[in-house]
Amino acid sequence: MSILVIAEHDNSSLKQATQSVVTAAKAIGGDVDVLVAGEGCGAVADAAAKIEGVNKVLVADNAAYGHFLAENLSELVVEVAKGYSHVLAAAGTTGKDFLPRVAALLDVAQISDIIRVESEDTFVRPIYAGNAIATVKSSDAIKVVTVRPTAFDAAPAEGGSAAVEALDTVKDAGLSSFVGEEKAVSDRPDLGSASIVISGGRGMQNGENFQMLEKVADILGAAVGASRAAVDAGFVPNDMQVGQTGKIVAPQLYIAVGISGAIQHLAGMSDSKVIVAINKDEEAPIFQVADYGLVADLFEAVPQLEEELKKVV
Amino acid sequence: MKVLVAVKRVIDYNVKVRVKPDNTGVDLANVKMAMNPFCEIAVEEAVRLKEKGVASEIVVVSIGPKASQEQIRTALALGADRGIHIETDEEVQSLEAAKLLKAVVEKEEPKLVILGKQSIDSDNNQTGQMLAALTGMGQGTFASEVVVDGEKVNVTREVDGGLVTVALNLPAVVTTDLRLNEPRYASLPNIMKAKKKPLEAISPADLGVDIAPRLSTLKVEAPAARQAGIKVADVAELVDKLKNEAKVI
Repeated sequence: MSILVIAEHDNSSLKQATQSVVTAAKAIGGDVDVLVAGEGCGAVADAAAKIEGVNKVLVADNAAYGHFLAENLSELVVEVAKGYSHVLAAAGTTGKDFLPRVAALLDVAQISDIIRVESEDTFVRPIYAGNAIATVKSSDAIKVVTVRPTAFDAAPAEGGSAAVEALDTVKDAGLSSFVGEEKAVSDRPDLGSASIVISGGRGMQNGENFQMLEKVADILGAAVGASRAAVDAGFVPNDMQVGQTGKIVAPQLYIAVGISGAIQHLAGMSDSKVIVAINKDEEAPIFQVADYGLVADLFEAVPQLEEELKKVV
Repeated sequence: MKVLVAVKRVIDYNVKVRVKPDNTGVDLANVKMAMNPFCEIAVEEAVRLKEKGVASEIVVVSIGPKASQEQIRTALALGADRGIHIETDEEVQSLEAAKLLKAVVEKEEPKLVILGKQSIDSDNNQTGQMLAALTGMGQGTFASEVVVDGEKVNVTREVDGGLVTVALNLPAVVTTDLRLNEPRYASLPNIMKAKKKPLEAISPADLGVDIAPRLSTLKVEAPAARQAGIKVADVAELVDKLKNEAKVI
């Protein structure tokens, strides 16, 4: 067996999610090769070659892949995939975008967002917003799989010395083009991989009040997230959303502030190691999953939390 | 231009699902069903395009058992012009759904196909991308804004870390994210009118598509339940517990 992992990156640095996908690939067994497709992505290829357990790194460096357009990327991956038994990518927005296209072009089913590898053809994945866990078996010749990064430990970033091989194939489907982007800027750790996350919900009342959470986050080195209610109300941008339709996080500590705990939010955070809920409604469903619950007005509790944390951290 | 919208009948999003005791699946008997929320957004977007004079006809398609006609009627009541029901009682997985939709696309030749980004039951997030691949169209997934501009469509996409805008040649496939729009409610007169709108029923065999599943589900289990925790009295106790008991700070 040989497994192709498609690296997730931003052309300058490799996303940690890729290391988690390598761990999933190692659980399947066989040689693990990594494909880095992008533009000016040499540093990413070098980083991928150092991941422990990687056999070979293939690099397709071309303007056609610079913005990760699914139409171009999928044609490249389909061509490279032919020699492999498995094709894996992280279940981020890039992997979710291009990999089903790859699967359809290969005429195989895709298995989305796996949380465990049972064997080379059998995988475990959540369905119904995480309220049921399905074990599925694929009979396809090439298994196309997206991996939930938070369900697998990151493979060590150092320790490997894979050969880097350049691919000169250029696939430009001519169906789409990049127009522009709006990146959310933040100095805080990435929400998907942060070890502590503090999130606010509708109870925050407005966007300015999220500064209270940011102050706490600064002390803890945490990322700041939000519920769908807070995003829909326009308090914070949508890339901060944690839930079935937003990001899936599984930090060591998740602090939910003013979040009731709807099914779709729990789907995004219920695998956190320790969950803290601060809510003034003691009937809120979030308290059913919280390890530590504090029934209090967040506008009093959060500033106190900041003061208390200053003493101990 | 003609717009094709695919809708799916799923368990209502507010329902807390129960896994069957024999671990073969989720219990759907006597459970409230509804249109998948992302599909509602797809219908709404198509109707808005028609109101802007961009779309001339909206065709809505659903794959599933007889009861899926309820969701097609709902879409008709929201402003779609006619429906196509691909009737089957079998489980249809994403790749096969995409193949059925491809057959409909070839027959109807829409300029734009709008789907939800994922159904809240299987949580696959695949069908739109697969349909785009099979029909050779460009794809604008997780759309939060769709602007048709001549022979192109500009789609703003919700991605990790922000927003990206791409331009796609038409015909194209778009999948909706939650923030694309706020779906309207159907009024009673429109629900009555929708009953008279045409709804064609066909079978997967009529379209020449084999829907045999590729993935077999070995078992479905309830997730490990979290132990209910404790309530703390104040912030000082909370910080103390986090530091000395949970050791996470």
